[in-house]
Amino acid sequence: MSAAPADWPLWEVFVRARRGLTHLHVGSVHAPDAELALHNARDLHTRRGEGASIWVVPAAHITASDPDDKDAYFDPALDKDFRHPAHFELPEGVEHL
Amino acid sequence: MGPLSFDALIAGEHKVEPTDWMPEGYRANLVRQIAQHAHSEVVGMQPERNWISRAPSLRRKAILLAKVQDEAGHGLYLYAAAETLGVSREWMLDALHEGRQRYLSFINYPTLTWADVGALAWLTDGAAVVNQVTLCRSSYGPYARAMVRVCREESFHHRQGFDALHVLARGTSAQRDMAQDAVDRWWYPALAMFGPPHTRSTHSDRSLAWKIKRFTNDELRQRFVDICVPQAKVLGLQLPDPDLKWNAERGHHDFTEPDYDELKHVVAGYGPCNRQRVEHRRRVHEDGAWVRAAATAYAAKHQAAGQGLPA
Repeated sequence: MSAAPADWPLWEVFVRARRGLTHLHVGSVHAPDAELALHNARDLHTRRGEGASIWVVPAAHITASDPDDKDAYFDPALDKDFRHPAHFELPEGVEHL
Repeated sequence: MGPLSFDALIAGEHKVEPTDWMPEGYRANLVRQIAQHAHSEVVGMQPERNWISRAPSLRRKAILLAKVQDEAGHGLYLYAAAETLGVSREWMLDALHEGRQRYLSFINYPTLTWADVGALAWLTDGAAVVNQVTLCRSSYGPYARAMVRVCREESFHHRQGFDALHVLARGTSAQRDMAQDAVDRWWYPALAMFGPPHTRSTHSDRSLAWKIKRFTNDELRQRFVDICVPQAKVLGLQLPDPDLKWNAERGHHDFTEPDYDELKHVVAGYGPCNRQRVEHRRRVHEDGAWVRAAATAYAAKHQAAGQGLPA
C-alpha cells in the first residue's frame, strides 16, 4: 500500500520521570531509526511533563530470560530463605540489627 | 513449585503477560476488543477535527487540539498492546479499512454544532472513563497498563467537555438551547456505547470469566447514568428521558434503555456517517504515505552517512 512501516522496527521506550529515579519501561513505538524513535517516544509519552530523560532501545536488541524456563532458572533463590534477614530470630531486646 | 497455569493466573488475580501460554479464544477476544478500542480512538478524532478551526476562542482551539492529539496517542498505546498478542499494526489497519473490525458506534453520528464538542466529551468520554477505569484491572498486563495511561489523559477530555457545556448553559438563551440540543442528541448514543444488554452480548460471558472485562455492559451503563444525573443538575440541562428517576429500592436511577436495534444497525455500518468515517480514514492513511516514505528515506540516508544506530 505504501512505504511500509511494517518494515520499521519496534523500539522499547524507557522514561526517567525526574532526577533521582531510574528509567522505567513505558511502552513501545515503531520508527525507521533511533532518532525518529526518540522523536516519536517524546511526542507519545511526555506531553505533560512526564519525563526528564528518554531511552529508546531496539526491541530486537533485548536479551530476555526464557519465560518457559523461569522456574528452573530462578529456582536457586526459592529454597534459601536464610538469604532474607527475616530468617533469623533475634533475642529479645536487640536493637539496630 | 511448577509454573502457574493460565487458569491459576486468572483465578489468583495475576496478570497474564505476552510470553505466557493462553487459550486461543482468550487471545482472539483480546485482539478483537483492543483493536476495536484502538480504532475507536483513531476514528474518534474525526467528529472533533471539524471543530478545531471553528472553535469559539483560541483557548478552546488549543484544548481541542490537545485532546485530539491525545486520542491519536491512545490509539498508539492500544495498537502497541494488541501487537504483543502477535498481530501487526498493518493487519489491524487493513481490518479497519476493509470493515472487518469495528469501532464504537457513537462515532458514526455527526457533530452539528460547537455544543456537540462539549456534549460529546462530557457524555461519550464520560462513558469511556466509566468503562476504562474498570479495564485498568483487566487480566492482560499490556492492556491494563495501556488503560492506566489512557485514563490519566481521558479525565482531561471529560472535564473540558463539562466545562464547555457549563459555559454555554450559562450563556445567552441561544447558547443554552444549543447545549440542550446537543445533550438531547448525544445521550442515547452515549448509553449505547456500553454495548448490548448482557443477555444479548456475544462475547461478554467469556470475557468476564477470563477477567478481560470486570463488569457487565448493564452494570457499567447503570453506573454511568447514576454519575450523570447530578452532573446534569449542576449544568442546568435536562437528560432527554422523561422516565429517568431515582429508585430508592434499587439505590439506582431507573432509565429508558437505548434502542439496541439502532445500535446493531449502526454497528453493522448503516449509521448516518459510517461510510464517510471509513472512507476518510482510508484516504488520510493513503495521503499520509509520503510522510512514511520520507521518514524511511531520511533514516536510510542518515544510516548511509554512518550516523545513528543501525536499526
